Amino acid sequence: MSDILLDFNQVTMQFGGVTALNDVTLQIKRGEILGLIGPNGAGKTTCFNVMTGVYSPTKGSVSFEGKNLAKLKRYEITNVGIARTFQNIRLFSQMTALENVMVGADARKRSSVGGAILRTPRQRHEEKEARERSMELLQFMGIADRAETAARNLPYGYQRRLEIARALATEPKLLCLDEPAAGFNPAEKQELNELILKIREQGYTVLLIEHDMNVVMKVSDRVAVLDFGQKIADGLPADVRANPAVIAAYLGVDDHAS
Amino acid sequence: MSQVTKVWTAFNGLFAGLGAQFRAMNKWQRYSVYGLGIIALYLLPYWPEVPVLGQIVNTPGSQFETVMNDQVIIFVLVALGLNVVVGIAGLLDLGYVGFYAVGAYVTAILTSAHGNLPWLLALPVAVIISMLFGVILGTPTLRLRGDYLAIVTLGFGEIIRLTAKNMDWLGASRGISNIAKPPSMFGLKFGVLDAKPYFYLGLTLVFIVIFILHRLEYSRVGRAWVAIREDEDAAELMGVNTFKFKLWAFTIGAGIGGLAGVHYAGKVGFINPDNFPLQLSILFLAAVVLGGSGNMYGAILGAILVAYMPERLRNFADKRVFVFGIVLVLMMVFRPEGILPKRVGNEHKKRKAKAQAGEVAS
Repeated sequence: MSDILLDFNQVTMQFGGVTALNDVTLQIKRGEILGLIGPNGAGKTTCFNVMTGVYSPTKGSVSFEGKNLAKLKRYEITNVGIARTFQNIRLFSQMTALENVMVGADARKRSSVGGAILRTPRQRHEEKEARERSMELLQFMGIADRAETAARNLPYGYQRRLEIARALATEPKLLCLDEPAAGFNPAEKQELNELILKIREQGYTVLLIEHDMNVVMKVSDRVAVLDFGQKIADGLPADVRANPAVIAAYLGVDDHAS
Repeated sequence: MSQVTKVWTAFNGLFAGLGAQFRAMNKWQRYSVYGLGIIALYLLPYWPEVPVLGQIVNTPGSQFETVMNDQVIIFVLVALGLNVVVGIAGLLDLGYVGFYAVGAYVTAILTSAHGNLPWLLALPVAVIISMLFGVILGTPTLRLRGDYLAIVTLGFGEIIRLTAKNMDWLGASRGISNIAKPPSMFGLKFGVLDAKPYFYLGLTLVFIVIFILHRLEYSRVGRAWVAIREDEDAAELMGVNTFKFKLWAFTIGAGIGGLAGVHYAGKVGFINPDNFPLQLSILFLAAVVLGGSGNMYGAILGAILVAYMPERLRNFADKRVFVFGIVLVLMMVFRPEGILPKRVGNEHKKRKAKAQAGEVAS
């Protein structure tokens, strides 16, 4: 097993005349928390969408554990071991919190219509397993008290955490979080930081897209910076913070200084 | 206006109150209620003979048990099937009458026009062929979404009807007669005049379908369907093979529609293309939406109302369709989610979950 989990190799993504990603090369190592940052419109979410198969890249390739993702359907990418959350929450709003997580857990189950109608031993076993695992995940995320509440009636913070629980239920090797701290106050952000570290302790690799520099700098092992679709920095948080190109991208270039 | 609102609130409260009382019962009490309900349903053909109740339910101008079988049972079966497609999986199907027609026509072909199989053997064959039609229609069209799917399915219903109308092999506009009747069983003889045996048979079919759908709904399959309805892209990214499960929803729905067709053909003994107009698709859909899209029992209630009310309102003669229309519009204004919408989550479990979490925390 190589210790590169995901290899994002010279990926270019164009939408008509707009180049959202330009020749981006990025590697995610097993067991790390990689922060992906950049100003608005830098291509972070596009990066995510290419990884999870929402878009297929114009040029370049993405491989996961040496396996090319280009030919895979979206649900197959989940089975390979990539799970994600959404920047704008996309839960199954008419399902309970528990059912939402169980949909994720179902990705690893095989029984289908025949099994369900006949209630075969395998189906019952899988059902029990999915329910227990999902309940565990709700507890892990600290939202088990509202397991039976419809997702749309959950408070905002619960919804964000439910998205993470649902993604974890698919048993991913790589968990991609798309701006999980959006709309959080400082205390909630602090809680989230701890949660992300706890998730990594359980053996997951985490890719974190975040707007908030404080969150990213605190939890990431390594930080990559995108600006106008290009990777402009990649390294330890402290180094990246001191990188003039990054400062320029975030604060704008001072004509006099340059 | 406030008077109307008050009555409406009281009406809603009554529903919620009864529901809560029922859910608070223990297992055995609940089973007894189910048992009594089932017995009452099998005795339905005799309801008109009960003093006060009979006055309320009887259908003037048409035989009660015939209405119960030919209208209500058929609509309930169809609504159960259509609810899987439209209510649970969220795929708008406007040509559902097509599957109903396929079921009826396959029965007619096998037992009369081009064969002489007994009805009981024609049943599984017709259901399977209906399901095949579901696969054939679904494979190319389920890549479409929303409005597009609705238009394509609308076309499908019409294609089936027009094909039957224009093919001599299918009896053209004359239709097919002498369709085999179900065999005598459990002392029931399926004749021409008495509708009761058909009603018992149909009610049994309804219970079998409910049983199967209940199992599907509370499984990986049912969760996949609801997830697809709620957010198809998110479902796919959570590992749901959306195409496969949409096709299953379509196929199972088609099979149940076909089953309703088999039952209908066996009862009436004669079918022609005019039995399967587009309007029927719309009424089927109205039943599901009126009752509570996504909730099996809501769909059943909707089917009962849509099938039974026009017969009950025969006194209004030619105004009955108008009254029925008004009722539909008022329903959609005051209760757009249907009479019995799906309850998300279980109150009892909800409290239990909170209590447990509380214990852990303290």
